[in-house]
Amino acid sequence: MSAVTPAVTLKASGGLRRRKIVNKIMEFIGWAAALAAVAVLFVVIVSVLLRAWPALSWNFLTKPPALFGQPGGGISSAIVGSAIIVAMATALALPVGVLIGIYLTEFAPRSVAQPVQLVLDVLNGLPTIITGIFVYGLLVIGNGQSAYAGAFALAIVMLPLVARAAQETLLLVPSALREASLALGVSRWRSVMGVILPTAVGGILTGAVLAVARAAGETAPLLFTSSIFQLGTVTTDVSKAMPNIPVLIFTYSEQPDQALHEQAWGAALVLMVFVLVSSLLAKALLARSRRKLGR
Amino acid sequence: MSAVPSGYSLRSSTRRLTDRIGDVALRVVTALAALAALVLLGAIVWKVIHLAWPAIQHYGLSFVTGKTWDPVKGVFGALPFIYGTAMSSLIALVIATPLSIAIALWLSELAPGGVRGVVGSLVEMLAAIPSVVLGLWGILVLGPFLADHLEPWLHDHLGFIPLFGPPSATGTGLFTAGLILTIMIVPIIASICRELFLQVPNELEEGALALGATRWEMVRGVIIPSTRTGIAAAIILGLGRALGEAIAVTQVIGGGTTISANVFGPIDTLASKIAASYQGAASGLEAASLLYLAAILMVIGLLTNLAAQVIVRVFDPLKGAH
Repeated sequence: MSAVTPAVTLKASGGLRRRKIVNKIMEFIGWAAALAAVAVLFVVIVSVLLRAWPALSWNFLTKPPALFGQPGGGISSAIVGSAIIVAMATALALPVGVLIGIYLTEFAPRSVAQPVQLVLDVLNGLPTIITGIFVYGLLVIGNGQSAYAGAFALAIVMLPLVARAAQETLLLVPSALREASLALGVSRWRSVMGVILPTAVGGILTGAVLAVARAAGETAPLLFTSSIFQLGTVTTDVSKAMPNIPVLIFTYSEQPDQALHEQAWGAALVLMVFVLVSSLLAKALLARSRRKLGR
Repeated sequence: MSAVPSGYSLRSSTRRLTDRIGDVALRVVTALAALAALVLLGAIVWKVIHLAWPAIQHYGLSFVTGKTWDPVKGVFGALPFIYGTAMSSLIALVIATPLSIAIALWLSELAPGGVRGVVGSLVEMLAAIPSVVLGLWGILVLGPFLADHLEPWLHDHLGFIPLFGPPSATGTGLFTAGLILTIMIVPIIASICRELFLQVPNELEEGALALGATRWEMVRGVIIPSTRTGIAAAIILGLGRALGEAIAVTQVIGGGTTISANVFGPIDTLASKIAASYQGAASGLEAASLLYLAAILMVIGLLTNLAAQVIVRVFDPLKGAH
C-alpha cells in the first residue's frame, strides 16, 4: 500500500474522451449521409407521384397526344414508339453482348481478353450524347431520322452492359460443370450451348433487364436519331422517327406550358415505374440464379 | 478387343465432323462479336472527328480558347462550355465525394443488419432514375426551391465570395446543374466504394479495433489508406459521368454563353450545348462548331474513363491490404 493512489476511473477523459467524441461525430455523419440519399430518392419519387396524379387516366395511357392547343390527349404513341425502339435495340445488343461474354470467358487468351474488357468499359463510360452524334453521322445524315437509327444508338449503350453481365455470370459457372462436360467427350461448342449457357441464363437475363431499364430512360442517343416526329399518331413505321417517352418528357419540360408539364410528369411516372419495376425484377432474377449456382 | 463395336471408330465419324465445325464456328462467331466492339469504339472516334473536321480545319486549336459564342456574328469558341463543364462537375464532385464515401462507410461498417440491404438497394435505385426524369424534377421542383430559399440565403451570408452572386430568378443555373449531377454520381461512387470497403480483410479491421482504435480511427487508419486508389478510380468514374451528362444538365442549367464567377448564373456545358441546339443550328458553321464541341467532349470523356480504368487495372485497388 503506497501513499499514492492512482486516479484510475472507468470514465473516459482527456485524449480518449476527445477520440470518442470525434468517433461519435463521424458516425453521426455516416447516418446523416445515408439518410440524405434515401431522403432524396423519396422526395423525387413522391414529387413525381403527386404531380403525375392529375394527368393519369386510362385515356392518358391509351390515347395519342391531342393536337396543339387542345386539352386532353395521352402518350400512347410515345409508349408504343419507346417499346418498339427498345425492343429493336435489345434484339441487336443481347445476342452480340452474350457472344462477347462467351468469347471472353471460354476462348480468349488473357492478352486478348484484357483489351476487349477495357474497350467495353470505356464504351460504357462514353457520354451517351456522343453515341447519338455517331449514329447521326453514320445513319441519319442523308437518310433522315428513323426508329432503327435510334435503336442502333440505344444498342450501343446496352452492349457493354450486356457483355460484362454475361461475362461475369459465365465466370461464376463452376468449372467442375465445364470439366465434367468436356470429360464426357462433349465438344466445346455443345458444352457451351448445352451446359454452360443454360446454367448462366439467369444472370445474363438480369444483365439484359438492367440494360433494357437503362436504355428505356436514355434520351441523349435519341435526340439526334428519333426526335423530330409526328406525335399525334401511333406509328409502327420504323423507317421514320418514332415518338418516344424520354424525348417527349425532355421537349415538354423545356416548354413554359403548364398542361405540357403535367403530361411530362405523367410520362415521367410511366417511365419511372417501368425502370424501377425492371430493376426489382432484375434483382429477383439475380437472387434466383445465385441460388441456382450455389453461391 | 472386340468390346468396341465394329463401325464405331474414334475418328472422322459424322458427329465428330459437326463438332469440329461447331467448335470452330462458335470460336469465330464469338471472336467476331468481340472484334465488333473494338471496331465500334474505333468507328465512334473516327466518325465524330470526321464530322467535326470542317470546324477543326477552320478554327484549329484556337476554338478551344475562344471566349465568344455568337451565332449572329458567326463567331464560335468553346471556352464558355469548357468552363461550364468543369465548374458543374467540380460542384458535383466537391459535394458528392465526401457524401458517397460516408454512405459507403455507413453501408459497410455501421449499418444495422436489418436496414443495410434495404438502404443499399435504395441507393442503387437512385442511380436507376432516368436522367430526363431527374432533370424534370430539377427544373420544376428543385430549381424553384433553390431560387426561393437556398440561393438568397447563400448570397446573403456568403455573398462576399464572388461565387455566391445574385440568386437566379427561376432556379436554373450552374449551381442547380451541379446539384443534379451530385444526385446522379453519388450512387455510382458510393456503390463502388462500398464494394472496396467490404473487401478490406476483417483481420486488419479487427486488429485495429483490438489495439484500442475507435471505429473512426480504424476507418482513417486502415480502410481509407488500403482502398485509396480504388476510391480515386471511383471518383474519376463519377467525374466521367458528370462531364458527359447532357439531358438533365440541359434542363436545369439555363443556357448561356458568358463566363461569370456567379454560380447561380446560366451557362452551358459541352454536352448540354450540343443537346440544347440539336435542332436549331442555323448556319453550317454553327452546326460544325457544335460537332467540334462534341469532339472535345469525346476526347475528354475517353481520357477520363481510360484514366479510371488504368488506375483500377495497374494499381491494385487494395494495395497493402493483402
